[in-house]
Amino acid sequence: MNKELLSILEKNSRITPSEIAVMLGTTEDSVKEEIKKLEDEKIILGYRTLINWEQVEKDTIKAYIELKITPQAAKGFDRVAEKIYKYPQVKSLTLMSGAYDLLLEVEGETLRDVAMFVSEKLSQMDSVIATTTHFVLTTYKKENVIFQHPDTDPREVITL
Amino acid sequence: MINYENVISKVAGNIPPSGIRKFFDIVSEMKDAISLGVGEPDFVTPWPIREAGIQALERGKTHYTSNAGTIELRREIAGFLKRKYALTYDPNSEIIVTVGGSEAIDVTLRALLEPGDEVLIPEPSFVCYKPCTALAGGIPVPIVTEEKDNFRLTKEKLLEKITPKTKVLILPFPNNPTGAIMEKEDLEEIASVLRDTNIIVLSDEIYSELTYNGKKHVSFASIDGMWERTVTINGFSKAFAMTGWRLGFAAAPRPLAQVMYKIHQYAIMCAPTVSQAAAVEALRNCDDDVENMCREYNHRRRILVDGFRKMGLSCFEPEGAFYVFPNISSLGYSSEEFAQKLLEEEKVAVVPGNAFGQSGEGFVRCSYAYSIENIKEALRRIASFVERHKK
Repeated sequence: MNKELLSILEKNSRITPSEIAVMLGTTEDSVKEEIKKLEDEKIILGYRTLINWEQVEKDTIKAYIELKITPQAAKGFDRVAEKIYKYPQVKSLTLMSGAYDLLLEVEGETLRDVAMFVSEKLSQMDSVIATTTHFVLTTYKKENVIFQHPDTDPREVITL
Repeated sequence: MINYENVISKVAGNIPPSGIRKFFDIVSEMKDAISLGVGEPDFVTPWPIREAGIQALERGKTHYTSNAGTIELRREIAGFLKRKYALTYDPNSEIIVTVGGSEAIDVTLRALLEPGDEVLIPEPSFVCYKPCTALAGGIPVPIVTEEKDNFRLTKEKLLEKITPKTKVLILPFPNNPTGAIMEKEDLEEIASVLRDTNIIVLSDEIYSELTYNGKKHVSFASIDGMWERTVTINGFSKAFAMTGWRLGFAAAPRPLAQVMYKIHQYAIMCAPTVSQAAAVEALRNCDDDVENMCREYNHRRRILVDGFRKMGLSCFEPEGAFYVFPNISSLGYSSEEFAQKLLEEEKVAVVPGNAFGQSGEGFVRCSYAYSIENIKEALRRIASFVERHKK
């Protein structure tokens, strides 16, 4: 039941173990036990809230930054990544295939914050060859949720 | 002045208007009502299927197709029936693509019925069988299926209603509105009754992809000796969330299919071309989408059944389609009274069971083609209603 349980929780982490038990046709205790195990194994890493910040504070600046790195031996990328993800400005970091190596999601309060972070921190690192910064203008969809969508049911109210 | 009563066909004029029309109107007017009344998926058609439709438009596929449907789609349908239900039909002569399962039902009955022929219709069931039978000159004969039999059609009940005039048996499983299914053993029993007769079976399998508890749908035509007497009807509306595309199909032995083909050809010409192109994509590449939707329905199904049982209502566990059919008779109201009061007091819309035949009295149909949030809120309201009205 692991995958099914995880996909239910991924959609809505506020759903209760007893509700999940009903959905999966099992007992509340076994759901609790399973969740505990998944937490211990660090498969479940946390429970968050998906927020459309654009509706709350218009001032946060978000950017995706592509980094090209000097070629690395086996674990080399991991070491570079460790240096980068320690910065609190870096919200996510992934190793990519293709034209660049690392993709960072960076947040700052102003455009300048982000620009300074790139020029003074990232560009200064020995292993960084090149950076490309893309500022986020609008988020349409995230975590499989469409952000600006009138949520109305287009169906007739009753059909037989 | 024309007296319209004199010009309207007696058969058509005598089709009773839907008894719950008024109820529908009230629900439609009520803007903030929560509805569990819808008989179609809440999912939008999976994107690859929509894209295939768009591509068909872009490529100018705006003409008629061959009457029976594109051979490409008929081949996919033959493949689908083979791979899922071990059925063999010749795509060239035994499959007709129709405007929804509904047209397939109509065409089948018109191809078979002579005035006075009797059509056995297990009830509660979908609302079109009776009027389609009447319009084709037949006589609808309801067979009541009961909660105690898990709303399955039994051999005994069938035997009671067979007469020398019985021409067709309709097998509407998985069933709307009860959610009942027929398993292989149940179908064998029915087959044993029909084997030495000339009765033709119209097997409406539109919900075949939506079954639960690991019970895969079994097609009646796959039962030994039944292929020759079965018209298998299915479609894209429920499994692939394609209701608005209006696309279904009928598969039948050649002599039957040929006659159905003629009726279809003159009445309809062909099913929508764009929809046919989209359906090819659905059958080729969308098994995973169907599986995901089915898993999602299954979660909601369990929440609804559990919810009604916790209220103290008797609720049969449906194993197919996307409806729950709780028994509300213990509250002392008729189905319509229950639905009306529930709507007035809690603004929740459900469908009175008697809309699906007299034997649906005492039940209401609740669809779980809704988000879990919607279902939970509806259950909260229904629970408070039941608490207030409990006898």
